Amino acid sequence: MPIKVRIPTPLQKLTQNKGEVEASGQTVAQVLASLESQYNGLKTRLYDENGQLRRFINFYVNDEDIRFLQGDQTVVKDGDEISIVPAIAGGS
Amino acid sequence: MLLTMPSSQDYLNQIKKEIKEISVEELKKKLDKKENLLVIDVREKEETEGGVIPGATKIPRGFLELKIENLEPNKNRPIVINCAGGNRSALSAKALQDLGYQNVSSLKGGYAAWQHAGFPIEQKKGLSSDKMARYARHTSMPEVGEEGQLKLLSAKVLLIGAGGLGSPAGLYLAAAGVGTIGIIDNDVVDKSNLQRQILHDESWEGLPKVESARHRMKGINSDIKVIPHQTRLDRTNALEILKDYDIVVNGCDNFSTRYLLNDACYFLKKPLVDGSIFRFEGQVTVFDPARGGPCYRCLYPLPPPPEMAPSCQEAGVFGVLPGIIGSLQAVEVIKIILGQGEPLIGKLILYDALKQKFREMKIRRDKTCPLCGDNPTIKELIDYEWFCSTAHSQ
Repeated sequence: MPIKVRIPTPLQKLTQNKGEVEASGQTVAQVLASLESQYNGLKTRLYDENGQLRRFINFYVNDEDIRFLQGDQTVVKDGDEISIVPAIAGGS
Repeated sequence: MLLTMPSSQDYLNQIKKEIKEISVEELKKKLDKKENLLVIDVREKEETEGGVIPGATKIPRGFLELKIENLEPNKNRPIVINCAGGNRSALSAKALQDLGYQNVSSLKGGYAAWQHAGFPIEQKKGLSSDKMARYARHTSMPEVGEEGQLKLLSAKVLLIGAGGLGSPAGLYLAAAGVGTIGIIDNDVVDKSNLQRQILHDESWEGLPKVESARHRMKGINSDIKVIPHQTRLDRTNALEILKDYDIVVNGCDNFSTRYLLNDACYFLKKPLVDGSIFRFEGQVTVFDPARGGPCYRCLYPLPPPPEMAPSCQEAGVFGVLPGIIGSLQAVEVIKIILGQGEPLIGKLILYDALKQKFREMKIRRDKTCPLCGDNPTIKELIDYEWFCSTAHSQ
């Protein structure tokens, strides 16, 4: 089933400048894997070399941070929305 | 039948028969016993400047009926009204009685009798008439009022950066009458700043941003004190500079300062009103672990490696975006000072200018946080440049 995924500005060059894409899967990890098959290169931006989600990027299922759920094994269902939100430092 | 209109004295006498009166001695006893009683002083502003009965709420006679239900919705609570001599308070007591208040009395002899009896008075610091005029749109709202405005005037807020976010925040906080505003920034005004940094103008090009900011903010409001800190914040000066302020507004432009500020505010127990921007997107939240909220490290445990963190200088920033985000930060600062509304603690606002959309995410306190978690390992300020350049290779 398709899950809506919100892509932050710095990663949109990998999603053909789309800020919102769809992918399918039962868990966050599956959805991200499905995204990688559509948009090559995304995975290395989201996961580190040890296969862990990067700690300066937050992943939300709806409004909950998955670090406080089951990480990338968090189950998603039809109608859920995943948001990818990286730390940004700009202020000036 | 002959109709005779009553004189004002007859009218007053009639009213005094229809209401309860209380003597100053009786009121003193009730206040000494700390009875749950509301004292309302209905004299005009100039009359109450010399003092009021301790704990009295000031509502000039003309506003009483309009304001009473907001002030005291419970119509059974005992209320004592005083004026200068006991006549306006009698009329006021009758008005409240007509509005359904069950337990209203008028103070016989009024404030004059209270003073004559030698009972204690309370002299509330009030706004001068000049300040009353300046802040009239604030003070007429019950959420601010004269008391809230006095809180703003005595508040001390530190802006980190006089740039994109610091500009709108500084302008609005100055206009709102935040009494002491510190600004820390080590840069000079550059032409490329003027596309968004509305504190500065062309005539200040090449001059220190903190001076330009002070000039502009004092121009809006000469009541306030603006303290320039022309330096770069680092771990050697952060605690010393931050300690004198009540609230810190984050408008810096790099990760190492963000982690430094987070840790320094945590150690000093100061709320950190955080904002950050990138191209068309912004984030706002309030970090206040001292009041149970999460910190920046709970939200982002590690900074991105430098090659994955493009700055605004490289990536660009939409000029109006800091106007929105910095203004939201000013809103949070003022709410914290006033103690009004719900502060943005534990909530992350995401703003997308292109979609014109706000979203809100939860931020949870991380029990494993090295700073504010259950077993902290960071117990003093660290080397943040080093932390940000090596966090990923450890």
